[in-house]
Amino acid sequence: MKNKSSLMTRLAGAPYIVWAIIFIIVPLCMVAYYAFTDKSGAFTFDNMLDIGKYTDTIVLSVWLGLLATVICLVIAYPLAMIMANKGPKKQSTMTMIIMLPMWMNFLLRTYSWMTILEDNGLLTTTINSVVDGINKLTQWGIEPIHLINTRGAVVLGMVYNFLPYMILPIYTVMLKSDRSLIEAAQDLGGNKFDVFKNVTVPLSVPGVVSGFTMVFVPSVSTFYISQKLGGTGTTLIGDIIETQFQTAYNYNLGASLSFVLMILIFICLAVMNKFSDDDGGVVI
Amino acid sequence: MMKRFFSVLFSIILLALSVVPCFAGDKKDYSHLRGTTLNVYNWGEYISDGAEGSLDVNKEFEKRYGITVNYSNYESNENMYNKLQSGGANYDVIIPSDYMIAKLIEEDMLAELDFSNIPNYKNVMEKYRGLYYDPENKYTVPYTVGMVGLIYNAKMVEEAPDSWGALWDERYKGEILMFNNPRDAFGVAQCYLGQSINTENLEDWDKAIEALKEQNHLVSSYVMDEVFNKMENGEAALAPYYAGDFLTMYDVNPDLAFVYPKEGVNFFVDAMCVPKNAENKEAAELYINFMLEDEVAVANANYICYASPHANVLESDDYDLKGDPVLYPDEENTPRTEMFENLDYETQNYMNMLWNELKIEGNSNIDAYIGLSTSLVLVVVYFVYKFIKKKRREAMY
Repeated sequence: MKNKSSLMTRLAGAPYIVWAIIFIIVPLCMVAYYAFTDKSGAFTFDNMLDIGKYTDTIVLSVWLGLLATVICLVIAYPLAMIMANKGPKKQSTMTMIIMLPMWMNFLLRTYSWMTILEDNGLLTTTINSVVDGINKLTQWGIEPIHLINTRGAVVLGMVYNFLPYMILPIYTVMLKSDRSLIEAAQDLGGNKFDVFKNVTVPLSVPGVVSGFTMVFVPSVSTFYISQKLGGTGTTLIGDIIETQFQTAYNYNLGASLSFVLMILIFICLAVMNKFSDDDGGVVI
Repeated sequence: MMKRFFSVLFSIILLALSVVPCFAGDKKDYSHLRGTTLNVYNWGEYISDGAEGSLDVNKEFEKRYGITVNYSNYESNENMYNKLQSGGANYDVIIPSDYMIAKLIEEDMLAELDFSNIPNYKNVMEKYRGLYYDPENKYTVPYTVGMVGLIYNAKMVEEAPDSWGALWDERYKGEILMFNNPRDAFGVAQCYLGQSINTENLEDWDKAIEALKEQNHLVSSYVMDEVFNKMENGEAALAPYYAGDFLTMYDVNPDLAFVYPKEGVNFFVDAMCVPKNAENKEAAELYINFMLEDEVAVANANYICYASPHANVLESDDYDLKGDPVLYPDEENTPRTEMFENLDYETQNYMNMLWNELKIEGNSNIDAYIGLSTSLVLVVVYFVYKFIKKKRREAMY
């Protein structure tokens, strides 16, 4: 009986295992292969040594990615909490509203941000006309703002595009957490802050970790957002990698950059997981 | 009963459909190609597609020959080359530019065309035949030709520019756009410096990158097709781009103007070719021939707005841009031109390396370093705090 069930489990898992081998393991090995070989296929460390030149770019990418992730977290956490405490009907409406933009193509949404943020775009002209008005009244001489082609615009693009990936996991975890634990804490005399700090937050950590991963990873490796919304000073590591594959034919350098980026992300996530380990060992 | 009736009716229709083309009466019989698929790989927005009442070229071809056209786009020659070289993709017709054709021929990736299937080749003007990349006219049929020039917004510049130097003018800081592809961007810098755009002397490239780095702080962003939006909306004052695209932008924003800078410009030809591994070569030749038919060529020329190498198009009264001074400048206004040639491997590599340098130049990253190290410190402090707390708790029990 036991044997049979394990066979069934294995069979059920087989499609995914095959999928993972073909589309995850093999490509990863190929990345590693290209990263440590030169054009002719001989083993070399040169690609890895070349990466030193891109330290600035990598640091900038990680920093902007981290910034976007933290902003997402700050926006998403209260929202998820509010959502989880609403009635079922309101919940499904709110989930719907959050999901709605995701039905439109990611590239299209980023492109429209480009037109919104342009100097003659909707947002900038509105803000600048207000600034103008204030200047006329007060003689403060505030400089007109400039949004497109700045790092702020890139972070905005990341936050806008990846926010749902932060809200949804936190919301799901909160929804599933046991109400009676909160009630117990209240019965034991905890005030609102105590309950939040000692019950709600620790219970939601798995959601936060998973949301963090789902926002941080695509933010660090993005290239489209920085190309469209960023200017001359916002080239991210994703852009460099894309150029290696698309125009420079240098698969080896591209692969080694991807390889290093993967390791860096892995380290960041390991640190992140440490947070949840302390509170009961939850894996992403 | 009804079911059988329908199936009989259906088969009759099918039969009729397959018989009809035999009477269609082309000089050569291509009916065996019916039902096959043709993979066409072209630049974006580079064919008349039926928008605004224009002729839908691919649909027309499908209707006439019963060959399904599977049409897809690429953004740059390099993109196309990568896809082709990776071997996974199969295309029957591609439309790369001159230097890329030279590279493809050198690497033996193009098939020789059978010109007996392309009788309309006679319409291609003599001056666009036998160019350096295909001196014996074996592999290519020109599709469009054009030049790069300087587009400017007359309301935003103080005086009309006549030199590439305008792109290095401090007065237009933050209002300059630049090509986001190394070959074209270096091309502009090299024309400005008076070098050949095909120089293989690495010192010349060093000088060119110096110029581009000097320009970097003036540039608002490096763009390709985003240039349309930005110039049309008056987001930038100056941008180097292809002459044909200027006409498209000018339609939207009449403040724009165009000039061929006096230092000289890049002249290019995009030509139709068939890759060596094409699976439907005969249909590909049929398609190329179809593209050279007067009506189709005029529709394409009207839609794309690039100059046409087709003799009858230039004469046609249906051609909206007949004698346009930007596309077809008279002798006096024709700038000095040079075509891109395929650079050797070493030079290409060097160029790409310099290009990366340029792109990461000017990232002043102090804030990123400070920010990251602060977060790192915070994380460490948190863990130390946790650790101490845990120790204390253990000590208590």
